[in-house]
Amino acid sequence: MAVTRDDVAHIAGLARLAISDDRMTELAEQLNAILGHMEVLQQVDTRHVETTAQEGNEALPLRPDAGPRFAMHRRLDEMAPEMRDGFFLVPRLATHEDTSDAS
Amino acid sequence: MTGLRDAPADITAYEMVVGLEVHVQLRTHTKAFCSCDATYGAPPNVNTCPVCLALPGALPALNREAVHLAMRAAHALGCTLNPVSVFARKNYFYPDLPKGYQISQYDRPLALAGHLEIGDGDAARTVGITRVHMEEDAGKSIHDRYPGATAIDLNRAGVPLIEIVSEPDMRSSADAVAYLTALKQILEYIDVSDVNMEEGSLRVDANVSARRVGAAALGTKTEVKNMNSFSGVQRALEAEFERQCGVLERGERVHQQTMLWDGARNEVRPARSKEASHDYRYFPEPDLPPLVLDSQWIDEVRRELPELPRARRARLAGEYGLAGADVGVLTATTALADYFEAAAKAHGDAKAAANWVMGEVLATLNTSNESIESFRVAPASLARLLDLVRDGVVSHSAAKRVFALMAETGDAPDRVAEREGLVQVRDADELTRWVDEVLAEHPAEAGRFRAGEKKLLGVLVGLVMKKSKGRADPRRVNQLVSERAGG
Amino acid sequence: MTGLTAVDAVTASFARMEAVRAGADGLNCVLWSDRERSLAEARAVDARAERAPLAGYPVAVKDNIATLDLPTTCASRILEGYVSPYEATVVSRLRAAGSVVLCKTNCDEFAMGSSNENSAYGPVRNPIDTRRVPGGSSGGSAAAVAAGIARIALGSETGGSVRQPAAFCGVVGVKPTYGRVSRFGLVAFASSLDQVGVLGRTVDDAALGMEVIAGRDPYDSTSADRPVPGYRDGAARSMRGVTIGRPVEYFPTSLDPRVTALCDRALDALRAQGAQVRDISLPHTDLAIPVYYIIAPAEASSNLARFDGVRYGLRVTGDDGLRAMYERTRSRGFGPEVTRRVLLGTYVLSAGYYDAYYKKAQEVRACITDDFRRAFASGVDVIFTPTTPTPAFELGATSDPYEMYLNDIFTCTGNLAGVPAMSIPVGRVDGLPIGGQLITRHFDESGMFAAAYALERALGEEAHR
Ligand SMILES: [Mg+2]
Ligand SMILES: [Zn+2]
Repeated sequence: MAVTRDDVAHIAGLARLAISDDRMTELAEQLNAILGHMEVLQQVDTRHVETTAQEGNEALPLRPDAGPRFAMHRRLDEMAPEMRDGFFLVPRLATHEDTSDAS
Repeated sequence: MTGLRDAPADITAYEMVVGLEVHVQLRTHTKAFCSCDATYGAPPNVNTCPVCLALPGALPALNREAVHLAMRAAHALGCTLNPVSVFARKNYFYPDLPKGYQISQYDRPLALAGHLEIGDGDAARTVGITRVHMEEDAGKSIHDRYPGATAIDLNRAGVPLIEIVSEPDMRSSADAVAYLTALKQILEYIDVSDVNMEEGSLRVDANVSARRVGAAALGTKTEVKNMNSFSGVQRALEAEFERQCGVLERGERVHQQTMLWDGARNEVRPARSKEASHDYRYFPEPDLPPLVLDSQWIDEVRRELPELPRARRARLAGEYGLAGADVGVLTATTALADYFEAAAKAHGDAKAAANWVMGEVLATLNTSNESIESFRVAPASLARLLDLVRDGVVSHSAAKRVFALMAETGDAPDRVAEREGLVQVRDADELTRWVDEVLAEHPAEAGRFRAGEKKLLGVLVGLVMKKSKGRADPRRVNQLVSERAGG
Repeated sequence: MTGLTAVDAVTASFARMEAVRAGADGLNCVLWSDRERSLAEARAVDARAERAPLAGYPVAVKDNIATLDLPTTCASRILEGYVSPYEATVVSRLRAAGSVVLCKTNCDEFAMGSSNENSAYGPVRNPIDTRRVPGGSSGGSAAAVAAGIARIALGSETGGSVRQPAAFCGVVGVKPTYGRVSRFGLVAFASSLDQVGVLGRTVDDAALGMEVIAGRDPYDSTSADRPVPGYRDGAARSMRGVTIGRPVEYFPTSLDPRVTALCDRALDALRAQGAQVRDISLPHTDLAIPVYYIIAPAEASSNLARFDGVRYGLRVTGDDGLRAMYERTRSRGFGPEVTRRVLLGTYVLSAGYYDAYYKKAQEVRACITDDFRRAFASGVDVIFTPTTPTPAFELGATSDPYEMYLNDIFTCTGNLAGVPAMSIPVGRVDGLPIGGQLITRHFDESGMFAAAYALERALGEEAHR
């Protein structure tokens, strides 16, 4: 599965990275070289391998449904690039309809 | 409407196929993965911490109560709970999604294979529930507050949700509304959420497709979003169905895409999403080991479930011999059904109790728009009032007046009736004295009545009632007038 | 424990920083420090009623671990000037024990690298030979310990980022069992592999630091709820009845014979202490690098999505709205190696490739874990290997990304399997330190430290010759 410049452009878009044209080719080559070393994994027979049990991890601990809120030693506006009236501000989306499908 | 711009389609030749994805905010004190306050109304970004702000190095810790409420809902929907479920990251960029991924569940959800009965009687049918999984809410993006900028409030980010995915088992927009109504009622009965669509604690996305009537294969579906009421869902489904029918009639293909409902313009239009092909790159959330539910806990949560709407309707119909329509009204909410049952048990005559609850009680609540929980007339007092009516102590008409005053003051019916002098007088001597006085005061009418002008009975009785200020028992007065007038 | 007061120790450490030119004009191992604040903290420690166990042990903290008073930038432009409003659990525990934070140490950007050449603030130089790299990604912490600035430093591990620089700089470096130490406040690179590690001048310093930071933390759901034994008790344990496994895959014929010789000398020393040594096999070892360089970038691509210019850190506003802001911010903020790994990780997770890469890698990872489980089940108590195939190389010597990745070949297996592992000096080649690696069962740090104490004792000064 060779990585093309278009693939790089696509994943750069997914990762919100702007890649210049000249670096695009270079990166495609590097990714191909790296992924070339990964091909060896296809030869491994893993049909009988169970992966969900992570070694060292016990079951997920659960937290009581109570405060207090985790203490913050600095204000948000000391960290945020832009705030107004308590809101974080970001450049307007190209269109409202680019809405999140968060839920 | 979009549909109208197309060649008017013969939509009767097509069948609508609908599946719904419903997101429900769970009612917890704190967020799903941090101890920030999960309740509404705080100033922007006040309920935030390193975890829900996705500060570098912060990690999630799951809220036990969120799991508990999700389990309740899954049980109530007849799902099979998985002893082991796995959280996964759904990766995409959006400014109200602080981590750049949503913690959700993907190939190993909390629960699978449930069902929901919709409609009643002959219209009753079953909609399959594909899955119920847990996830976190995103924050709020406000696009119209500042020019050229989007404002982000993360108070809601990380509030626990369940997503309830149905099978494509609904065949009309009415089915969809029936499903949502039944779902909302169940979630209210088990008390896991405010389920308020206007406030966003219940959100609905619909998958819709159209196929020729009788066709077996499903058509290409579109996802319709952005509805904020049940009627919005209904209208959106009809608009999108009509649009798809138009497309199919023209021999074109429906494109799998996301449509947005615009309630103001009553139309659906494609979401011009920059990433038409979403690639969420799901993978198991490495910060959270698998969620393991031991069988004891699963059973415990099932046992603690209250009686669900369907069961309660059946029981009330049987136990109290009430008509289906009445049962429907009385079981609208757990609180109302509890109120009715308490009153019916205390009074004995369930039909009378039902009539009063559906009549006076609901009417009073509507005008004052109180909730039944805060209603001043306790079920026991209502029952007592019905006793008084049954025993003839208070006349039916007087009872309504008594009830109104009970609702205002919260006083017991006996005291109100006393105070207002609404207790019926059935003491023979007093009644006789009133009758004789009336006959004496109206010799002419009395004479004509004696002479056989029976129609004057009503007049004389009326005069007696007037003299008694409505407290006399009319039946007894009737007899007495005839006797004393010696007619 | 040192007899020093906290103030004495902090004063000495800052004097040493100047003497060795720890800043950008010299070793470049220290990114951020505040002498006055550290001294104030030290005075507070000395004023405590009872003597604090770590009073004499001020620490250097890797710049990807959140501290309240100094910046936490992960040596990245995207976090330039960022000061965390909360503190990592490990740092709070060190403070509670009386330690004082001396400085934040340089590292590869977001801990992605094996040479410390990927820092936005320039490379760190190896105190043993300043033309050479200190290793990475915790190169600044290793250099700070090797240069005598701190006896204990915190680093972080994802594929060998504590052990490999420890080996290159001739100090002790410990990666605990996955889940043994809280990750809360450690800026995530690859969450299923990351662990905070400790570097120390001696095994005892490292054991002391690990004793303080280990243990369950309710803020890290992957931290294990298991008792933490006194690791320093290992100093007294004998090697009698201890079986040491020598995995043949870690001693290939291609390995520099001088490295093999130093390792065999170390094994002889352990034999002399009463240990049994036998050859074992960890058959999936050669697959570790491919597996690691799928899983780590995949998780990184997701973990680094939060650096979006919205809530903190760098923002470079674009010309057409939100998306341009994201892309400019992240492209300017991330260096080349981070960009490469984010792209690689995004690719292996993207539609159509998940099964072939990420899923497959997780399956082979389970095989690697199983190699260790079998070895320990067969009666082996401790596994001994070289920490790295070579000593520290010269700055700029390695340009090919994959060749650089091969530095982790003997260490990333420990992260993939989650077992505890540490590197301790076993001698030198051409005057450059070589590290030997000790690996034990999950949560058996005690056995690992016991072997390390014994080896340190047996080698004595030979370990640094
Ligand atoms: Mg969802
Ligand atoms: Zn929070």
